[in-house]
Amino acid sequence: MLSREEKEEIEAAAAAFPVRQSVAIDALRIVQRYRGWVPDEAIDDLGELLEMSTAELDGVASFYNLIFRRPVGRHVILACDSVSCWLLGSDGLMEYISGRLGIASGQTTADGRFTLLPSVCLGACDRAPVMMIDDDLHTNLDAEKVDRILERYE
Amino acid sequence: METPLTANIRSGHEPSDIDAYRKNGGYRAVLKALRSMSPAEVAQAVRDAGLKGRGGAGFDAGLKWSFVPMGSDAPRPKYLAVNADEMEPGTFKDRLLMEGDPHQLIEGAILSAYAIEADVAYIFLRREYRLAARRLRQAVAGVYHSGLLGRNIIGSGYSLDIHLHVSGGRYMCGEETGMLNAIEGKRANPRSKPPYPQTSGLWGKPTVVNNVETICNVPHIVNNGAPWFRELSHTDEGGTKIYGASGRVRSPGAWELPMGTTLNELIEEHAGGMQDGYKLRGLLPGGASTDFLTPAHLDVKMDFGSVEAAGSRLGTGTIVVLDDRSCPVGMVLNLERFFARESCGWCAPCWGGLQFAVELLTDIEAGQGRMEDIDLLESLAKMLGPGHTYCALAPGAAEPLASALKFFREDFERHVHEKQCPWNRA
Ligand SMILES: Cc1cc2nc3c(=O)[nH]c(=O)nc-3n(C[C@H](O)[C@H](O)[C@H](O)COP(=O)(O)O)c2cc1C
Ligand code: SF4
Ligand code: FES
Repeated sequence: MLSREEKEEIEAAAAAFPVRQSVAIDALRIVQRYRGWVPDEAIDDLGELLEMSTAELDGVASFYNLIFRRPVGRHVILACDSVSCWLLGSDGLMEYISGRLGIASGQTTADGRFTLLPSVCLGACDRAPVMMIDDDLHTNLDAEKVDRILERYE
Repeated sequence: METPLTANIRSGHEPSDIDAYRKNGGYRAVLKALRSMSPAEVAQAVRDAGLKGRGGAGFDAGLKWSFVPMGSDAPRPKYLAVNADEMEPGTFKDRLLMEGDPHQLIEGAILSAYAIEADVAYIFLRREYRLAARRLRQAVAGVYHSGLLGRNIIGSGYSLDIHLHVSGGRYMCGEETGMLNAIEGKRANPRSKPPYPQTSGLWGKPTVVNNVETICNVPHIVNNGAPWFRELSHTDEGGTKIYGASGRVRSPGAWELPMGTTLNELIEEHAGGMQDGYKLRGLLPGGASTDFLTPAHLDVKMDFGSVEAAGSRLGTGTIVVLDDRSCPVGMVLNLERFFARESCGWCAPCWGGLQFAVELLTDIEAGQGRMEDIDLLESLAKMLGPGHTYCALAPGAAEPLASALKFFREDFERHVHEKQCPWNRA
């Protein structure tokens, strides 16, 4: 069941469009903000609310890589693996983060604290290498800095 | 030297709020346009200025607007979509403009919307730009509050709503027609053209898509006129440009400079030259989907025409520098992996071709490639080139690949002969 808050926010977002179904991506994101990810049952409920088939809505959801269709950890790390960061050693850094957390890219730690995802260029190439954790951008990274940053996320 | 786009931007400071922005002359162009100019006159000013789209393709903005049906018979509502997706690897200029001076973008959006008599504007922002989202949201609210957005703006009879739309994430969303589908809440596959968005875009209505930097230029053109705008440039392509550089340079960053500033000035003066112990091997002049240039090209003026004449594209104008201690094959592999991952899968040459290119490059980089693989890559680059696919992602992917095979061929061959990456030797 969609919560009252979820429904209200979706209705408010829908006002920006002349066609109701166009709010689909906002709706998915609103659900994700409350639940961390978008489970199947939410796809069903949203389909009903927006008068869309489950397959159609799932097709939309799966296209967008920041809509999570699987559970994620309490904090999501987006580690840039694009070209400017690569030139400044992001390969090694990704390996280091993987090692520190004991997970491969794409996985979630056993304690549910972090999910590690590779990311396309984060638009901060002049401060490479960079990553985001949740809504925070972290720049000019090295191993030592990564250690200090990770500690801040419980 | 005038720097109109960044005059209000002070790094590390909060951007001007609406009062401070107005005190510095902000929204004067909107008042001027709505009080004393017709939409056609605003469009003509931009046309006369020769403003070229800053999203990568350099299409004349005023010309694009001229394809929109105008007047009382035109289909309604009409739309403006501001392309704030900025996902081209190596590019970070629109972030600067949105975080640094959100009101400039909103003022430009109001004027651009007015020029095509749009009823609604969407700012399509990538999800990761959280600070820009917060600042834009706050700025839009301020503008509504001051009466410069909404119904019947300052009694002019013109009405406009602006909505901030945050993306679900994917490079394809930045492609003009992919973005239209994304705003409509669908998968961001591109649409086949014609019809063009200017006549049939969002929900089948006339729509113009312009890049953030393109739109930020409009208030200054309306205020100061086309001759002033043309004077800003070193060449016959008007205006300033937000250039940038990343990679192993001493001072990576972004700078507003006259259009047509040379590569050499950008790298040596503004980026501070190469870091100690690193030499310049090559560069992508404007993001991942532009052809490599080499140190032999340092005299090239960075405008659309000159970079094209040199065999590449200005693209987004943010340079990615390849140094002599990084492997060119590894860099191309990184680029093609990105394109392969982001391909939407609609066209066989793009989807299959990019997967295959990544396999071949992975083998070569690992020292397991054959000489024939290099020739195969060459034919793949041709197949990905213009004319075979629905959108410009594949041709964009072909550019760094084809040019790397041209300029760094011996590095590819060394990988094959030495059966390892020469840069990976312990
Ligand atoms: C795969 C792909 C991604 C693109 N991404 C962006 C982008 O993030 N921002 C942008 O302004 N233009 C992007 N473009 C270019 C747009 O299609 C379009 O040309 C541009 O937004 C038009 O604005 P302009 O004329 O003001 O430059 C992209 C193109 C392709 C093919
Ligand atoms: S060129 Fe690639 S990204 Fe563009 S439509 Fe075709 S498959 Fe999709
Ligand atoms: S390449 Fe990493 S932020 Fe742009």
